[in-house]
Amino acid sequence: MFELSPFYQELLTSLNRGLLMSIALIIPSAIGGVLIGIIAGSLRTFGDPVVKAIGDTYAAIFRGTPLVIQLFILYFGLPNIGIYLSPYVAAVVGFTLCSGAYQSEYVRGALLSIKSGQYLGAQALGFTTLQVIFWIIVPQAVRRAIHGCGNEIIYLIKYSSLAFIVTCVELTGEGKTIATEYFRFTEVFTILGLYYLGLVSLAMVILKKIEQRLYVPGFGHN
Amino acid sequence: MMTETDQILRVTDISKSFGGNTILNAVSVKLAKGEIKVLIGPSGGGKSTLLQCINCLVVPDAGAIELENETIDFRRKQDLYRLRQQVGMIFQDFNLFDHLTALDNITIALRRVKKMDKNQARQRARLELDQVGLGDKEALYPAQLSGGQKQRLAIARALAMDPKILLLDEPTSALDPTLIGEVIAVIKGLAVKGMTMIMATHQISLIYNLADEILFMENGRIVEQGPPAALLAAGNTSRSQGFCDRLNELAEVDG
Ligand SMILES: Nc1ncnc2c1ncn2[C@@H]1O[C@H](COP(=O)(O)OP(=O)(O)OP(=O)(O)O)[C@@H](O)[C@H]1O
Ligand SMILES: [Mg+2]
Repeated sequence: MFELSPFYQELLTSLNRGLLMSIALIIPSAIGGVLIGIIAGSLRTFGDPVVKAIGDTYAAIFRGTPLVIQLFILYFGLPNIGIYLSPYVAAVVGFTLCSGAYQSEYVRGALLSIKSGQYLGAQALGFTTLQVIFWIIVPQAVRRAIHGCGNEIIYLIKYSSLAFIVTCVELTGEGKTIATEYFRFTEVFTILGLYYLGLVSLAMVILKKIEQRLYVPGFGHN
Repeated sequence: MMTETDQILRVTDISKSFGGNTILNAVSVKLAKGEIKVLIGPSGGGKSTLLQCINCLVVPDAGAIELENETIDFRRKQDLYRLRQQVGMIFQDFNLFDHLTALDNITIALRRVKKMDKNQARQRARLELDQVGLGDKEALYPAQLSGGQKQRLAIARALAMDPKILLLDEPTSALDPTLIGEVIAVIKGLAVKGMTMIMATHQISLIYNLADEILFMENGRIVEQGPPAALLAAGNTSRSQGFCDRLNELAEVDG
């Protein structure tokens, strides 16, 4: 049988371990980001001026500063006020908040794109405001937002590689360690790239399936 | 002679302003069961606003609305919801639910507002679809329907709620001329069945054939009203007469 050289054996073992860590970072951050995005996006669209201002400020801060700085503050800055986060928790919190800020933009755009006639049509049938939102606005907004939200999850997969700067060793961190140890950067980073390509492709297939399930003629992207 | 009890709807002196502009100025309308009133008049005269005030999609600033002798309290949300359930509305641009099939466009209000169970709602929806000639289109989405089919679906959706009154705001204005006929046929069918209606329209055949009374609106007021036979009699110099003459000329140019 074909035998891998010790270098490749060590590389693949490390990368596989890193892959698990990356997935453990990505999944909760993606879900948390979408949830925060839905809540923040709705509040930014329908909330009273104060709530709106809070939501807008949140989105402006997290979209307006580099993720690296957000992670540094969470991991190295918060201990100054007595909050200690583990590298993993700091990374997930950072990714979730950053992703949520972007997701809230897609959700807000989707909510704003729904024509006033949809409210009127439902209200004229005797729907209460909550019923209109739940049965008409949300199902339509989900379909309009899903493409953008999916894209944001793809970005998240790639920027999850920043976790290693707060010492949470995931895919990129493992790869970097081996590359430095063996001084074989090209091979390591090429294979590392393929791992990310695999993750992104998998995510794209899943997102495509969801989009297809929700497809309604006259809505969204084809 | 119409007695008080024949009246199904009494709209008294309702007014509405938007940002300091008076759009409706103390307008009153009384409607008896089975009666059909047609609103005509120049663009911006307040026809749509009046219709939307009648089912409180736009809440009037002043005045009163009584449906079957019950006065609507504009401050009580429950009153508004109940009023809208009983007063159907047909819009110029349909306002169908874009994410639902033809069938579900009808069942959703039956289930969520009238709390019918799923099978009952579907049965009722199919009945209404058949009535407007869309029996074979139940699985299609609004984007897959023609304008005429969309408007017929909107009518079916409103009728499924068993409205006491139907308000129609230029139901044929957004339609391709070749598709107007099928919608007019459905509306005439409703008239034959005795549906009580208030309709804003510039469709001459609806005005002449269906109106028990014409209301001519201008600058937020009803400036002229009466049966078509009187207002549109040959040699009459009413505003409505002049208006319909112009509509006729336009229709001839078109046709
Ligand atoms: N929500 C609103 N805010 C401000 N102005 C409004 C609003 N709704 C209607 N208006 C104004 O009220 C006036 C009357 O409008 P309305 O739509 O009732 O007229 P209409 O008789 O239906 O006209 P058309 O024949 O063009 O449909 C218009 O000048 C319009 O600009
Ligand atoms: Mg109008």
